[in-house]
Amino acid sequence: MRIVADNLDSMKLNQRIRKASGSVLIDRCFGQRYIGSGSKDKKITIYGTPGNALGSYLDGATIIVHGNGQDMIGDTMNSGEIVIHGNAGDGLGYAMRGGMIFVRGSAGCRAGIHMKQYQDQKPALVIGGKAGSFLGEYMAGGMIIVLGLGIEDAPVGDFTGTGMHGGCIYIRTNRELAGLPAQVHSEIAAWEDKQEILPLLLRFGAHFGCDGRALADDRYYLLKPNTARPYAQLYTKN
Amino acid sequence: MNLIYPEFEVARNTERCTKCGICVKQCPNGVHALKVDPTTGEQKLAADDSRCVDCQHCVVFCPVRALKIVKSGNVYRENAYWAQKTINEIHLQAEHSGVLLSSMGSPEPYPVYFDRILLNASQVTNPPIDPLREPMETRVSLGAKPKTIERDPAGRIVNNLGPQIELSLPVMFSAMSYGSISLNAHESLARAAEELGIMYNAGEGGLHESLYKYGRNTIVQVASGRFGVHPDYLNCGAAIEIKMGQGAKPGIGGHLPGTKIGADISRTRMIPEGTDAISPAPHHDIYSIEDLRQLVFSLKEATDYQKPVIVKIAAVHNAAAIASGIARSGADIIAIDGFRGGTGAAPTRIRDHVGIPIELALASVDQRLREEGIRDSVSLVVGGGIRSSADVVKAVALGADSVYIGTAALVALGCRLCRNCHAGRCAWGIATQDPELVKRLNPNTGYKRLVNLVRGWQHEIQEMMGGMGINAIESLRGNRLMLRGIGLNERELEILGIKHAGE
Repeated sequence: MRIVADNLDSMKLNQRIRKASGSVLIDRCFGQRYIGSGSKDKKITIYGTPGNALGSYLDGATIIVHGNGQDMIGDTMNSGEIVIHGNAGDGLGYAMRGGMIFVRGSAGCRAGIHMKQYQDQKPALVIGGKAGSFLGEYMAGGMIIVLGLGIEDAPVGDFTGTGMHGGCIYIRTNRELAGLPAQVHSEIAAWEDKQEILPLLLRFGAHFGCDGRALADDRYYLLKPNTARPYAQLYTKN
Repeated sequence: MNLIYPEFEVARNTERCTKCGICVKQCPNGVHALKVDPTTGEQKLAADDSRCVDCQHCVVFCPVRALKIVKSGNVYRENAYWAQKTINEIHLQAEHSGVLLSSMGSPEPYPVYFDRILLNASQVTNPPIDPLREPMETRVSLGAKPKTIERDPAGRIVNNLGPQIELSLPVMFSAMSYGSISLNAHESLARAAEELGIMYNAGEGGLHESLYKYGRNTIVQVASGRFGVHPDYLNCGAAIEIKMGQGAKPGIGGHLPGTKIGADISRTRMIPEGTDAISPAPHHDIYSIEDLRQLVFSLKEATDYQKPVIVKIAAVHNAAAIASGIARSGADIIAIDGFRGGTGAAPTRIRDHVGIPIELALASVDQRLREEGIRDSVSLVVGGGIRSSADVVKAVALGADSVYIGTAALVALGCRLCRNCHAGRCAWGIATQDPELVKRLNPNTGYKRLVNLVRGWQHEIQEMMGGMGINAIESLRGNRLMLRGIGLNERELEILGIKHAGE
């Protein structure tokens, strides 16, 4: 089913998407919010620019955006896949617990914040370009990969992994990563470490037409938390 | 060596004591021990007072009433400025460093406005109503009310009422997460809410799979950590609450320590066992009312506009202005939690020094929303210190559509307010995840005690309404003429919007 979004407001557009079954193609999307919110079994393809909270609480559906995304893509996503053939705004993959998000370009601040994993649900967030500050803040599980493709300087901003207590972050760069917070342990990823992300790199390559396998040969930082209980020593029982 | 002398002393009446050893088994803190005197070979019950938290469990379960817990009576030199508690807290921090952690609502002697407000009753004219003979309506429905009547071309009224939650009386059980309290406590609340026709709030720790069947009486919560939040969870409840703040710790988030995250809680929160569950104070997607609006509507979209959305804030200085913003964010209900509100753990200094009394916050929020003509765009729910049906009636007359009760509900389940929830060894099986202790709270009796309490309150509310000559609780809402202040200054009366007794 093809929907021309144009001037439809978010509520009307989403009503039409909810009613549709199977594949939905949205053309001329102009910032309509909440597209695919809580969706379980659809494939939604979007041309244009979807608005904030795209694919929030996503629960199995696939969303492909031929354009840029805005803020809070994949908020509290449970499963499914979101592919952005452009850049993403702030709060990308906030508290996502499952599924995968691929962004060809860069992401704004606070990407992967509160990401968590649970049993076989292990979310993955792959950012092709650069990520803004607070990447993976309070991260409790899952995997974030920042590829820094076409980025000269460090591909992450400040405060990467602050409060991190689970999961891991891979950052592809030849530069030194300085100023990481105390909760984060960083090392250069070994060959075995990179095997862990190879399937995601291949998938990134398949989505955006580049050689995913070749990316695995490059130098990555691997960031992990120092402890699963960052606040254990904070309190005194009164 | 413990530098602080025990606060309590176990007073054992040795003439009554039969040395049955029940106290030894009952105490989760290891206060009591059966010891053999090495010289006489006689059995003797000893008590380690330093472990006692005054939870009263051994006292209640001693079959011969041989036990009492008393203040230890050891005193420091009197000082009007440096209280014994202050000195002890300094010793604690000097010993262990760290942030002092306490539980339940603030016990500090701040003014209690509920106790300085008196209710009216009819005499001679406008006669009182006897609730035993006449119908007395305590039902309320919470949610935004339409501003205009819409008609279709044929002139028929169009139903433009948004989603509502219906309550048989304006009392709900406030948000307490599975993790902060036990599953048996949760089940007791859920079953009681179902039987009473009210709501309980599952808190921010997700919803245990065994409790989904009480969804029609459940408010599900979404906090910054988003624990256990997924579409089925959102759609299961009768309403969704966004937790922005909590009265016991405004501006502070929640840390459920990894030690409390066992298999079942891990499943419910959907995080691995043993890791800290961290919900920071800010939602990192909300920096403005517009951002809040976005979360409100993303939740509405995920639930097809079928559920009212509640935004819960702590009662703070600018509550009125904040509430005005929330009322414009698309939220259907605003919940305000006063500074007496309970908690499973909060930094002592925050709990005792941040926030304002719910009575003042409620009065100013209701007034502000009325002045701006948006009072009917939202319902107001208040919590944080509601102790009795009289508090409920006063809160409604000050402008609340409903109240939340948390501490009162836990007391009905056995709690004696020993304020040691953060230790996780609740002898009453409420604020613990220890399977042996959780077993002590039987949901079959727990839910009945909650039902008894709320039914008792309901009847008292009807009596008080009847006395005022009011037969529907809706007519009491915001009816401040039914209130008078006692011993309050002019400014306090002005904020509460009430006259002084005698006026």
